[in-house]
Amino acid sequence: MTKDSGPTDNHHWRKIKNALASTATFVSAVLVIAPLGLVFFHLLVNGASSVNWSFFTHLPKPVGEAGGGMVNAIVGTLELLALASITGIPVGVLGGVYLAEYGTARVNWMLRFIADVLNGIPSITWGVVVYGLVVLRFRGFSAYAGGLALGLIMVPLILRTTEEVILLVPNGYREAALALGVARWKTIVHIVMKTASKGIITGILLALARIGGETAPLLFTAFGNRFWNHSLSQPIAALPLQIFTYAISPYDDWHRQAWAGALVLVTGIFCVNVLVRILTRGRTASVV
Amino acid sequence: MANSDPTVVERVEKPAESSPTAEPAPPLTFQVKNLSIWYGEKRAISDVTLDVASNAVTAIIGPSGCGKSTFIRCLNRMHELVPKTRIEGSVLLHGQDLYSSAVDPAIVRRRVGMVFQKSNPFPTMSIGENVIIGLRLNGVRNQKFLNERLEKSLRMAALWDEVKDDLHKPGTSLSGGQQQRLCIARALAVQPEVLLMDEPCSALDPIATAKIEELIYELKTRYTIVTVTHNMQQAGRISDYTAFFYIGKLIEFGPTTKIFTNPSERQTEDYITGRFG
Repeated sequence: MTKDSGPTDNHHWRKIKNALASTATFVSAVLVIAPLGLVFFHLLVNGASSVNWSFFTHLPKPVGEAGGGMVNAIVGTLELLALASITGIPVGVLGGVYLAEYGTARVNWMLRFIADVLNGIPSITWGVVVYGLVVLRFRGFSAYAGGLALGLIMVPLILRTTEEVILLVPNGYREAALALGVARWKTIVHIVMKTASKGIITGILLALARIGGETAPLLFTAFGNRFWNHSLSQPIAALPLQIFTYAISPYDDWHRQAWAGALVLVTGIFCVNVLVRILTRGRTASVV
Repeated sequence: MANSDPTVVERVEKPAESSPTAEPAPPLTFQVKNLSIWYGEKRAISDVTLDVASNAVTAIIGPSGCGKSTFIRCLNRMHELVPKTRIEGSVLLHGQDLYSSAVDPAIVRRRVGMVFQKSNPFPTMSIGENVIIGLRLNGVRNQKFLNERLEKSLRMAALWDEVKDDLHKPGTSLSGGQQQRLCIARALAVQPEVLLMDEPCSALDPIATAKIEELIYELKTRYTIVTVTHNMQQAGRISDYTAFFYIGKLIEFGPTTKIFTNPSERQTEDYITGRFG
């Protein structure tokens, strides 16, 4: 009898272990999803009521007056993203192409290492660096400085994703083009980069989504502005900066607007991520 | 290495010996002289001397890793894509040294087209774009000329009738055999003088293989063809000359009928009859 009950006991104990393991993984998975749900829930509860037409169309009202909007900050963020793209995208994409197509093993190892270190640098450091290099030299906060700080954050992000998707392009396509007598750079631009284009764009969008919410690098560079920015060499408003300023203020109305700003910002970033999903869905077709 | 030289010289004379009985010495497309190739420290090809006749099919046979692919890749300088390659000896294309410092590898590859083992139509392009991309990237803008060349190349590759209504469809939508013929059309579109084929049928079923073989037979009236194959029967069917490679060395080279019916070397006979490899 003892011999018979042995395996049965084992079986029960195994079942329990099995259940414990699947419960543990399920709980972890819920814990991963929960913050996103909580963030959206809180933003909706606190911010949805303040997201209205005037939020998107009006400048901030002077202190003490209720109402007003953040149109300058929304446009300012878009301007900063555009400025960041001008520096971040070409350098990041071309650097990634260099890594994947040209660099020697030793140079690549160094570049990758440096890019990974740069990716890990706290974003406020970039603000301080640009403050020292640009703001002090040109004696003033500016949209240019803010865009540069964000662009510098983009470079290592785009560099690594571009490298990865270009390395995914099968060598057969390069060989086929080169065997037609096509020059190397034309092969890279017209065949390799074209084949990897969805992946490259995905990397760019993810980098934009990442820097769109950055606040710290803008504190010493773009600085923020309660009015329209009329020149890119002047301080400019940005959504995250505005949220920061409003959130630490003592006014209830500003708090509500900060919630609304956060909701708009998170929704925007969410939309970019959805776009990335849509782009990468057909990925097997173009980037194997 | 040194004692292999006399045998090489002897081998080179063999096609010349046997050909006068059938025809006068055939015009030559490639003259390969004492060619050796290293990948880093590894010697992939040792002292190969071989002539490739014009408007004929030359088949390269031999077991895996014997240097067949390396050999045909050095006929259009594709092996240089691997870093740290070194070459000794010379390859003459119609008398011109392909490896002289004045020669641009891109020009060599325009004159010597290549079809690969795995069909590789560009996935972002339509059937039509795939065919003319070589011309386009080499600077041809004239749309009328491109359209003419598109049809001509597809006809030569025996694919026109199957795809003429679907030229806008993606190249990757075709079947495996059609894709390989598309790749042949793409290679032909830039009007090369030679077509190199690196195991063009190894990924295809027997019917698609038969079509490609038929195509090779037709194409040799216009082109010189050098093909690598693992399939002994295929070499026997399609080629006029056969070269047997073993561990980087050319063991025997001559008219296909002779190699297959009366090889001079014991190793050739053993390989062809399936005793090794």
